[in-house]
Amino acid sequence: MTPLQGCLLVSALLFAIGLAGAVTRRNAILALVGIELMLNAANLNFIAFWRYGPNPEALSGMMVVIFSIAIAAAEAAAGLALIIAIYRHYGTVNLDEINKLKG
Amino acid sequence: MTWIAQNLWLIPVLPLAAAGVIAVNKQRQRKLAATLSIGSMVMAFLLSLFAFSATLLHHGDNAVFREVAGFNWFQFGGQWLHLDWVLDPLTAVMLVMVSFVSLLIFIFSVGYMAHDENFMRFFCFMSLFAATMLGVVIANSLLLFFVCWEIVGLTSYLLIGFWYHKPSAAAAAKKAFITTRIGDLGLLLGMVWLYAETGTLNFYANGHGCLESSALMVMDTHVTVAGMAVITAIGLLIFLGAVGKSGQLPLHVWLPDAMEGPTPVSALIHAATMVAAGVFLVARVYPLMDWGGKTDADMVFMHSSTPIQVITWVGAITAIFAASIAVAQTDIKRILAYSTVSQLGYMMLGLGVGGVAVGMFHLITHAFFKALLFLGSGSVIHGCHEEQDIRKMGGLKKFMPVTFATYAIGMLALSGFPLFFSGFWSKDEILQSAHRWPMSPIPFYLGCAGALLTAFYMTRQVALVFFGDYRSSGRQSAHSSPKNDEHEKSAPTHVGGYEGKGEPHESPAVMTVPLVILAVFAILLGFIGTPAWPWFDGFLKGEPAQFNFSKLTENGTLGLMLASAVIVFTGLGLGWWLYGKRQRQTVEEPDVLQVAQPALFRLLENKYFVDEFYEATVIRFNAWAARACDFLDRWIWGGAVLLVTWVTLGLSRLYRFTDEFVVDLGFDAGCETLRESGGEMSKWHSGRVQTYLRIIGVALVVLVLFLIWGRKS
Repeated sequence: MTPLQGCLLVSALLFAIGLAGAVTRRNAILALVGIELMLNAANLNFIAFWRYGPNPEALSGMMVVIFSIAIAAAEAAAGLALIIAIYRHYGTVNLDEINKLKG
Repeated sequence: MTWIAQNLWLIPVLPLAAAGVIAVNKQRQRKLAATLSIGSMVMAFLLSLFAFSATLLHHGDNAVFREVAGFNWFQFGGQWLHLDWVLDPLTAVMLVMVSFVSLLIFIFSVGYMAHDENFMRFFCFMSLFAATMLGVVIANSLLLFFVCWEIVGLTSYLLIGFWYHKPSAAAAAKKAFITTRIGDLGLLLGMVWLYAETGTLNFYANGHGCLESSALMVMDTHVTVAGMAVITAIGLLIFLGAVGKSGQLPLHVWLPDAMEGPTPVSALIHAATMVAAGVFLVARVYPLMDWGGKTDADMVFMHSSTPIQVITWVGAITAIFAASIAVAQTDIKRILAYSTVSQLGYMMLGLGVGGVAVGMFHLITHAFFKALLFLGSGSVIHGCHEEQDIRKMGGLKKFMPVTFATYAIGMLALSGFPLFFSGFWSKDEILQSAHRWPMSPIPFYLGCAGALLTAFYMTRQVALVFFGDYRSSGRQSAHSSPKNDEHEKSAPTHVGGYEGKGEPHESPAVMTVPLVILAVFAILLGFIGTPAWPWFDGFLKGEPAQFNFSKLTENGTLGLMLASAVIVFTGLGLGWWLYGKRQRQTVEEPDVLQVAQPALFRLLENKYFVDEFYEATVIRFNAWAARACDFLDRWIWGGAVLLVTWVTLGLSRLYRFTDEFVVDLGFDAGCETLRESGGEMSKWHSGRVQTYLRIIGVALVVLVLFLIWGRKS
C-alpha cells in the first residue's frame, strides 16, 4: 500500500464519518461538525495528491488547502451564528423541528 | 321680406310657451293660468293683426302677396327637410280669426270653468290647442301642417274627454280620435305620395313648391291605377284627411259626440276652428285639387276636376244630411253640432263650386256666429244648472236678456236672415256659385233645401229655449237625469251656492261680454263679401275690389238672393208656426213633427241610424277581425313559438347531459389525477435537509459504484 493510498483511505474514512454525522445527527451543531469533518477530508485529499503527485515542489496544493481552511473557519462562524439565531428564535436546535419553510 | 313674415313663428310659439309654463306649475294657480293663456293669446292676436295689416298693405298689387320663411329641420340622405311658414292673405285671415275667436273663448272660459277643479289643465290644453291651430294656419310645409294637425287632434281628444270620469265623455273622446285617424291615414298617404312624386312638401318655394305649376304638371302626367292621374289620387287622399277632421259624411259621427266636452271647447274646437281646419286644408292645397280642370281641353270650366267634384258632392250631401238630423234633436249642443256638420258641408260645397274665397268666406263668418251660438248655449246651460235638454227649458228670454239677444243674432246669422247678417252673404255666395256650377244643378238644390232646414231647426231651438214658460221650474231635483247628476258632481258649486233652486239666471259679465263682441262681428263680417263689393274674394286673389252696385242686379244675382231670402223666411215661418205659436206645455209632450210623421221623426231622431249601422258593420267586423287575430295569435303564432321553445328546451337538456356526464367527468378525472400525483410528488419535498443529504449520499455511492463497475466492464 502506497502512502497515497493510505492517505486516501483515511480521507475516505473521515468523509464517511462526516457524512454519517451530518446525515444522522438531529442536533444542528453536531451536523455542522459532520460537515466540517467532510470538508477536512477533502482538504486531506488535496494535501495527499499534492505531496505524492508529480510536482511536490510547487506550493499550489498547500495554498488551496490554506484558503479552504480559512473559508471553512468563516463558514463555521456564519453557521454557528445562524444556529444561535435559530436557537434564540425557536428555543431549540433540533433540525426536525425547524421546518417552517416546508409547504 | 317683411319683419312679420320672418317672425311669423312667434304667433303659435307664444301660446305654446304659455301651455308649457302652465303644465309645469302647480294646481290651483288659477290666476296665473288664466293670465298666461289670455296674455299669450292677446299677443298672438296683436301679431296676427300686424301680419294681416302687412298683407293689406300689399293688397291690390294684382298678384297674391306671399312670403315664406323657415328653417332646416334635419338632413336625411343628401336632402334637407325644410320647414316653412307662409304669410299670404289666406293665412292672415285665418290667423286673425283663430286668435280672435280663441281669445274671446278663453275669456268666456274664465267664467264658465270658474268652479272646475281642473282649471289649470283646461287652460293648458286650450293654449296648446290654440298654438297648434295657429301652427296649422301658418304652415307652408305639408309636414309641419300634418304635425300641428295631429297635435290639434290630440288636444281635441284631451278636451272632449276633459271630464273623463264620465264614461260617455271618455267614449266620445275615443270615438273622435279614432274616427279622425281614419281620415288622417288618407292625409298621411297623400303626403308620402306627394313627397315621392315631387320631392318636396313645401307648398310654395319660388317655383319649386309642390303647389306650384311645375310640380303639378309632373304629377298630372303620371298615371296610376285605372288611368287616374297621380294628382287626382293625391288630391282625393288629402281630402280624406279633411273629411275626417271636418266631420263630413261618412266620418261625421264623432262631431256630435264631441259635445261631451266643456262648452267653450265645443265652441272653439268643434265649431269655430279645428273642424274648419279640414276646410282650410282643402283651401290651402286648392291648386292641387283644381289642377285637372284647367288643363283638359274639353273641360274649359274651372272647378271640374275629379277631387273638386268629390268635394262638392260630399259637401252638398253632408249639408242636407246633417241639417235634417238637427231637426229632431233635443240636446241644445247636439243641435248646434249637427248644424256645424251641415255648415261645414256648405263650406266644402263652396270650395267645390266657387273656389277658395267662397268656402273661406263662409268659414270665417261661420266661425264667429257658431262660436257665438255655442258660447250662448254655454251661457244657457250654465244658467239652467247644467241642463242641456231644450224640452226642459223655455222662456229664458226673461231670465237671460243679454244671452237671448246675442243668441238671436247668432241664430239669424246662421239661418241666413237677409241683408243684415253675415251668414246670409256667405251662404248666398255659395248658392250663387252652386247655381253657376256647370257640372250638375243638384248641389244647388241640396244647398237650398239645407238652407230651409237650417232656418227651421234654429227657429225650433230658439222657440223652445227662449220663448214660452220655463218648463222645469221647481222640479229640478225630481227630474234630473242620472247623467245630469253626475255632471253636477263635477261642478258642485254651480248648484250649491244658488238660492231659489230651478230659477235660471243670467251669466256674469266675463261670459256675456265675449258674446256681445262676437254678435257684433256676426253682423258686420258679412259686408266684406257682398256681391256688390267682393272685397274678400279680391283680397285672397290679390286683386283690388271695386265697389260696383250694379253687380247686385246682373246675372240673376238679385233673383237668387230673393229666392234664398224666401227660402229662409219659409224656414223661419214654418219653425215659428210649429213651435213658437203654440208652446209645448210639459217636458214629456211629444214633438209636433213626431205626431205628424212618427216614422220619419224616429229616423231623424236616431240620426239615420248611422251609428247603429257602423256598430253593425264596421265595429262588428273590427271585433270579428280582432277575435280572428286573437285566435291566430294565441294558437298559430303562439303554437309556433311554443314549438320552438320545446325544441330549444330539448336541445338544452341534451347539451346539459353531455356537458355534465361527458365533458365534465373527463375533465374532473384529469384534474383529480393531476392533483393526486402532485400530492405524491410533494411527499419528496419534505423540507428536511438531512433527508436530502441522505439521498445525495446514497446517490453518490451508487454513482461511484456504477463508475467503478462500468470501468471494469
